Amino acid sequence: MNNSEYKQKALDKSSSGRTIEMVNKSLSRRYKAERRFRRYGQVAIIISLGFLCLLFISIISKGYPAFYQTFIQIDVFLDPDVLPKDKLSTANYPGLIKKSLSSEFPEVELRREKKQLYGMVSIGAYYQIRKMVMKNRDMIGTTQTVWVPVDDDIDMLAKGHIDRNTPELERRVKDIQLAWFDRWDKAGKIKKRFNTTFFTSGDSREPEMSGIWGAMAGSLYVLVVTLLLSFPIGVAAAVYLEEFASKSRWVDLIEVNINNLAAVPSIVFGLLGLAIFINFFGLPRSAPLVGGLVLTLMTLPIIIIASRAALQSVPPSIRQAALGVGASKMQTVFHHVFPLALPGILTGTIIGISRALGETAPLLMIGMVAFIVDVPGSFTDPSTVLPVQIYLWADSPERAFVERTSAAILVLLALLIATNFLAVLLRNRFERRW
Amino acid sequence: MIRIIVVLAAAFTTFTFWTCTQSESRNYVSIVGSSTVYPFAAVVAEQFGRTTRFRTPILESTGSGGGIKLFCSGVGLEHPDIANASRRIKKSEVDRCRENGVNEIIEVKIGYDGIVLASSRKNPPMSISRKDIFLALAKEIPDLSGAEKLIANPHKTWKDVNSSLPDTKIEVLGPPPTSGTRDAFVELAMEGGAKTFSWIKDLKKKDKSRYKAICHTIREDGAFIEAGENDNLIIQKLEANPDAVGIFGFSFLEQNTDKIQGSSVDGFEPNFGSIAKGDYPVSRPLFMYVKKSHVGVIPGIKNYIEEFTSDKAWGEDGYLADKGMIPMPKEEREKYYNDARYLVPIEIK
Repeated sequence: MNNSEYKQKALDKSSSGRTIEMVNKSLSRRYKAERRFRRYGQVAIIISLGFLCLLFISIISKGYPAFYQTFIQIDVFLDPDVLPKDKLSTANYPGLIKKSLSSEFPEVELRREKKQLYGMVSIGAYYQIRKMVMKNRDMIGTTQTVWVPVDDDIDMLAKGHIDRNTPELERRVKDIQLAWFDRWDKAGKIKKRFNTTFFTSGDSREPEMSGIWGAMAGSLYVLVVTLLLSFPIGVAAAVYLEEFASKSRWVDLIEVNINNLAAVPSIVFGLLGLAIFINFFGLPRSAPLVGGLVLTLMTLPIIIIASRAALQSVPPSIRQAALGVGASKMQTVFHHVFPLALPGILTGTIIGISRALGETAPLLMIGMVAFIVDVPGSFTDPSTVLPVQIYLWADSPERAFVERTSAAILVLLALLIATNFLAVLLRNRFERRW
Repeated sequence: MIRIIVVLAAAFTTFTFWTCTQSESRNYVSIVGSSTVYPFAAVVAEQFGRTTRFRTPILESTGSGGGIKLFCSGVGLEHPDIANASRRIKKSEVDRCRENGVNEIIEVKIGYDGIVLASSRKNPPMSISRKDIFLALAKEIPDLSGAEKLIANPHKTWKDVNSSLPDTKIEVLGPPPTSGTRDAFVELAMEGGAKTFSWIKDLKKKDKSRYKAICHTIREDGAFIEAGENDNLIIQKLEANPDAVGIFGFSFLEQNTDKIQGSSVDGFEPNFGSIAKGDYPVSRPLFMYVKKSHVGVIPGIKNYIEEFTSDKAWGEDGYLADKGMIPMPKEEREKYYNDARYLVPIEIK
């Protein structure tokens, strides 16, 4: 029956005046249903966008102050008596700063008050002075004006996280410290600066000295190992299974197993890594090499499944045409099928790698959930990774770690967005249509 | 492109395996163990790494049990040198150590940690006894008439438990069973409260497993909420809900005194003095276990212990006290300092 026949029939019935009425009546109801459904969809999108916004707003508003650190200006006399030329590395640097602070507030005499005064400057100041003196020995004997970081409690005060109206006993910053702070502030000796330490140093138990770079370097080493191992192995496995292997029960069995592996909880891979790489092969604990190997096991099934799907989506006509003009099976695959499947394969790989970047559970078993101050310099140096660093900071009692946790989450999010952007770029660059 | 990747991967694997076989010695101290000791050990490790010529020790937060298990798995570079614990090592663990060739273990008590029940500053502080804690939180409590049988915990408000307590709903946020804080809380507070009933106390000798089940089982009807291992989260929740009570380590109370206050237990407020003296009942000692056979093999172990046991670290004015660890009395410090210095191994019968 073609269209005109339908119309004819509808007309015939409309002569009785019933069908068209029914249609007209139901029409508004059907349109309403459609509008309703559209609205459901819009509401769903608004809700999910709202949650995303809420997440971003809360993380960014908590995290961005961590990119700034409060500094204080002090004059330090580099006393030659305290700094003997032959023992510069172990000299009494805290003493220098304490002396400088005491000379600024000579009225402070009580031992308890002195301790509070010295506590206002971060212990990072000592290392800063030490570094400065070791670099330039000519400074000894002169008075230098330096900006040094303040203690985390004072930093919180400067950032407005400490309520001055709470009774003194319940406050971490005491009245007398508030008075000193205000005096410094009035004299223009307090300044907020970009927190370079956060991006250049490793972990620390002092919030003002802790940084994300150690964890980022660890993450990079782990990802390099993961990428270099999982991409070639995963792609080779997918190409063989999809293009060369003949259909047999063995291939089916392997396929089922790969699909199962993709759904295995990641902690299981950590246990496997502990048993095989550390206990059997004797590789070092806490090393990015082992972390990369474990995450390779985890990302392999993801890459294989994505690559096979990409290879399957290449039309068979391309294979047939290549074989038809006399190409060998291997030439067909590598000259024609693989380049067409590459964008899909790359997308799958990057999704796998992004998942590996955010993983902590398997690393717990192989000792990468650890406090590590030194920035790792090789694949076998002990190191940790970004999500682990976030977890460790989130669990620290000091309040200044709250903003650092959020800042570290921002860095991790930025990295994830960057890798996903790369995936989109690569896909657009290599994408071919037929 | 594929050829390049294959070549790179091959070169990389050979290179890393080559470096692995090369790096046979470990030149940093490896420490594992309790997440309660972790913040304290981390300060010492950092200080040690910055002020000495040794590398900064690597510190893993595995929990007391997990740490001792790793520690006892053998002698050699791939096994950790030091295990931190928020409880004493058990006999079964020492036996396990011995089976694996770890014969001499040095025990160093490093200080105390208090477990506090804290609430928001918006309400007046509570004063409770361990008996109240048991009656409020146990799954089954003794019959109210005084008969020697158990009934399901009927208490809904604190006032039901003890008429001197406020008339608010019992809502306690605490750590999950995997946590060492939970173990210690159950053992010190709940068991301490249960023991005030003489017939339960007598049960300890007669039927130990039943005794433990009574003392250690926390109610599951919503009054006790497992809030995860993240203590900062508990503090945020306490601020939002002034009627709730949270359970966590003393160092978190110390850092947040402007937001929360600790309830006194059996008449003692949780503070440095009462915990150090041992008056505050819900406190526990913290330990560090050192593998003697590794001293001298791995550089820095002895110096790390020396840093830990120096007065500037664990003394009354030391930097560990600043971080919230409660120092031991002077005599006790001296004893453990000497044990550590002369590497005296423990004997556990």
